[in-house]
Amino acid sequence: MNTTLSSLTRPLQRFSVRHAVRLPLMVTATLLVAMFSIGSLQYEGFFSAQVLLNVLIDNGFLLVVAIGMTFVILTGGIDLSVGSMVALSTMLTAWLVEQNGAPLALAVPLVLLVGAGGGALMGWVIHTFEIQPFIVTLAGMFLARGLCYMISTESISLTDPTTTRIAQTRVLLPGGLFISPAVVIALVVLALAFVVLHHTRFGRTVYALGGNESSARLMGLPVGRTKVAVYAVSGLCSALGGLLLTFYMLSGYALHAVGMELDAIAAVVIGGTLLTGGSGFVLGTALGVTVLGLIQTIISFQGTLSSWWTRIVIGGLLFVFILLQRLFGGSRPAH
Amino acid sequence: MAAPPTPRTPTGADRPVLEAHGIRKAFPGVLALDGVDLSLFPGEVHALMGENGAGKSTLIKVLTGVHPPDAGTVSVDGSLQWFAEPLEAQHAGISTVYQEVNLCPNLSVAENILIGREPRRLGLVHWSALHERAERLITELELDLDVRLPLSAHSLAVQQLVAIVRAVDVKAKVLILDEPTSSLDRDEVVQLFALVRRLRDRGVAILFVTHFIDQVFDLCDRVTVLRNGRLEGAYRVDELTSVTLVHRMVGSELRTLDELAERSHTGTAATPESADTPFLSARGLARSGAVQPYDLDIHRGEVIGLAGLLGSGRTEAARLLFGADHADAGELRIDGERAVLRSPRAAIAHKIAFCSENRKEEGLAGELTVRENIVLALQAARGWTRPLSRTRQDEIAARWIEVLDIRPAAPEAQVRNLSGGNQQKVLLARWLLTDPEMLILDEPTRGIDIGAKTEIQKLVTRLAAEGTAVLFISAELEEVLRLSHRVGVLRDHRLVATLPNDPTLTPDRILGTIATGATS
Repeated sequence: MNTTLSSLTRPLQRFSVRHAVRLPLMVTATLLVAMFSIGSLQYEGFFSAQVLLNVLIDNGFLLVVAIGMTFVILTGGIDLSVGSMVALSTMLTAWLVEQNGAPLALAVPLVLLVGAGGGALMGWVIHTFEIQPFIVTLAGMFLARGLCYMISTESISLTDPTTTRIAQTRVLLPGGLFISPAVVIALVVLALAFVVLHHTRFGRTVYALGGNESSARLMGLPVGRTKVAVYAVSGLCSALGGLLLTFYMLSGYALHAVGMELDAIAAVVIGGTLLTGGSGFVLGTALGVTVLGLIQTIISFQGTLSSWWTRIVIGGLLFVFILLQRLFGGSRPAH
Repeated sequence: MAAPPTPRTPTGADRPVLEAHGIRKAFPGVLALDGVDLSLFPGEVHALMGENGAGKSTLIKVLTGVHPPDAGTVSVDGSLQWFAEPLEAQHAGISTVYQEVNLCPNLSVAENILIGREPRRLGLVHWSALHERAERLITELELDLDVRLPLSAHSLAVQQLVAIVRAVDVKAKVLILDEPTSSLDRDEVVQLFALVRRLRDRGVAILFVTHFIDQVFDLCDRVTVLRNGRLEGAYRVDELTSVTLVHRMVGSELRTLDELAERSHTGTAATPESADTPFLSARGLARSGAVQPYDLDIHRGEVIGLAGLLGSGRTEAARLLFGADHADAGELRIDGERAVLRSPRAAIAHKIAFCSENRKEEGLAGELTVRENIVLALQAARGWTRPLSRTRQDEIAARWIEVLDIRPAAPEAQVRNLSGGNQQKVLLARWLLTDPEMLILDEPTRGIDIGAKTEIQKLVTRLAAEGTAVLFISAELEEVLRLSHRVGVLRDHRLVATLPNDPTLTPDRILGTIATGATS
């Protein structure tokens, strides 16, 4: 190896390689800025911090769910059960609190436990029987949605005073701005996820698993345990997302969060995480959720377009991002 | 077998650190190991030799907990062990570097070296300590690379060295190196050997699997030879000569080294019928980032060798001729007609065949049987509306298994259970069956044993004599010289010279051309 030459080209090489890893993230950030600028130029009253904060208020639960999904997708897996898990959590909370008079302090940990346990169970099945995550979590999706109807086919409204008080709480920020407690919780989860993924042994194993699973096994990493854990994290995040949604909607209903798993996957992909695993950032997922939320906001500001346009735009964006992933993936150095 | 010979150990240890006894392992259709013993003493470099399919890889996988044995025992430091997974073997002090790099390309070099035992502070990964420790390890081995870059930014050879660094850092009592040199260039091999000797002097037992006979005599103290899944014997290297070692490996079917020597330069007559239109002719063919514009003519019945260091663009140049990559400049003529190869399909239609260097990833369907893999290309050429009858398939498979001596001779064995050399033969059979006019062989003999190597070389000579044009890519210059009529030399993604293979052409002259980029 030529030392002088390599020391000359090294900074450049390092820059380009690092750049490549973060490229999707930068694309998403640019998109976000562009969308906000266009909205601000087009519509009166759009250019305000509160508009952005409202996006978070309306999508805090989605952010939490998408963070869990990021863990799973980073290992190269997928979790289709999250939407149904969210619905089950709203149902379970409403049933426990409203119809059985359980205190929140009991209902919340119980719901979280059910979510994490359900996720861990799916992870265990995926690992032990070497079944495609797609099919296992599809089964989990039907199962959880079905369990909702076991509890009740009707929507259960929450009238419990503590619950409604929490739901109406506003966290005031300087400048007359405000957010909901759900946003605070979502941001705390985001920060935790970032630390776990980038600064713990478990997080690095998640990346290793997504990079090359058989290598990870041969390197002596705890592959099985990690796989079970990421699905448990995803289950836990969907249960927490479900709790946030319960407070947002003040009801539990079997038809809540229909198709939310797809929104979560879309947010993760738009946030720059590769579906093949091993590459991506949880902060990108936060950007992805914000992009989805901003699309809704722009369409509601526009006023005349039907809300289905949100879907059409998300569909178009997903196509573009998957194509970008392909191009990005293809530019990796060949062996 | 009598009692094992006493090893030469600096520590004078008389008890093996690792002992395997009566190991047996069967895969569907293949009995890979049958009653194999192996003992490793501290402070020795122990070679594991055998032809392809002799069971070397399987034995390693049993020792490291990848495959549990069907019968037999493994003991470390005198106590019996049962490894259910690689991690347990690692904890017992057995580290392995596999032939194919088993690291995570998306993680940094430093992480690849240390993941699973990263330095931590307050439960979090201590990144600066991690980079420092990785850098220190890299420096100790006199390597020069940026530990913060993702592994995928480095060449395959460097990735292999990183894998060794990782294994060394596990504080291993036993280090298993599974053909570590097959993707390294000469300097890197020297570096690796220096490292192995240093580890041996520290009292590590090293099991060294290789196909290079010279390396055994260079580096190793003892050698265990396997043949057809059985133990042939364990010997002290200084009691053997290269001829007796080969004899032990091949057994009664010995193809002598003399025969090999005789074959040297037999196929090196003047280029056949150089006057007529070449089968394939490239002018200024190039692809940016892969290979610079090059001219090349290949005639029917001619073997063109491509020589050059790893990563010099040999494979890239060949891929353009097969349509596996698109040329972005230059033109290609086949039989004098202008041709644009947009895909391998187009190349196959022109009767060009390509045996890839990555036989696992790009060539064979491991889940399918030998028979199914062999008939795959022929069936594709016929179209799916005209299926080959089962009887016909069986005939074809049986014939090629015999012609190429594919072992085990079991058409219904799954290809992934075959050894590397035999997989290579299956791939060759598949292409030969389509009766190609030009055959591109990318490192067909890499990582396979001397017997299979000779057979493949003979086959190339025979095919050329029958009128096939052959493009032969190999890292072994002697082999290129033995087979080729002309040798193309690549350097830094550029075809720097095409040399006629006359008696004046020697490995040294080719190396000179590679080194200086000019014909000497």
